[in-house]
Amino acid sequence: MANYYISSDMIEISEFPHLAIKYSVQGVPKIIINEKFSVVGDVPELELALMILKAIEK
Amino acid sequence: MGIIKEKDREQLIKLLMPLVNKVKVIMFTQEFECDYCRVGREILDELSGLSDRILLEVHDFVKEADLAKSYGVDKIPATVLLGDRDYGIRFYGVPAGYEFTTLIEDIINISRRDTGLSEDTLKELTKIDRPVHIQVMISPT
Repeated sequence: MANYYISSDMIEISEFPHLAIKYSVQGVPKIIINEKFSVVGDVPELELALMILKAIEK
Repeated sequence: MGIIKEKDREQLIKLLMPLVNKVKVIMFTQEFECDYCRVGREILDELSGLSDRILLEVHDFVKEADLAKSYGVDKIPATVLLGDRDYGIRFYGVPAGYEFTTLIEDIINISRRDTGLSEDTLKELTKIDRPVHIQVMISPT
């Protein structure tokens, strides 16, 4: 909602086990940014925003 | 006997009562529904019955493949939330348990046009100038 460029999916891995394998999910929540970067666990919102900026090399 | 418990229903009605702007909830399932699709649809059906601000549309992922594609939906059960525009918010799987809480929070935020994020976070997010796709992998609780 904060930025037009951002889209976000919530994925229930037990219903999509192939995605759990694809993204090697061993713990939840696991956040994947642009297929490249990932982080496991609860991430504070500001930290996540900074991670996104890093992912797009800003 | 519904899926949403009576005491939760009352709480939800109170939570959703103040909403002004409508939120469109688009669900994709298919004719021969998988169990998850059926349960997901029933939950959303019950939820939309609790507030006239929540407008539910159910579509067929197979027969309406073009529509699904236009929303970027590539698997089901899928739930798309829309406000005055598409904010790119999608739920894949049954929105139950912890995910149900997140769904309700999202509906409230969309209706209010308020992200609920801090000023500092919003300031950082305005710097984003190219597509960012976030996937949050979660499991039932």
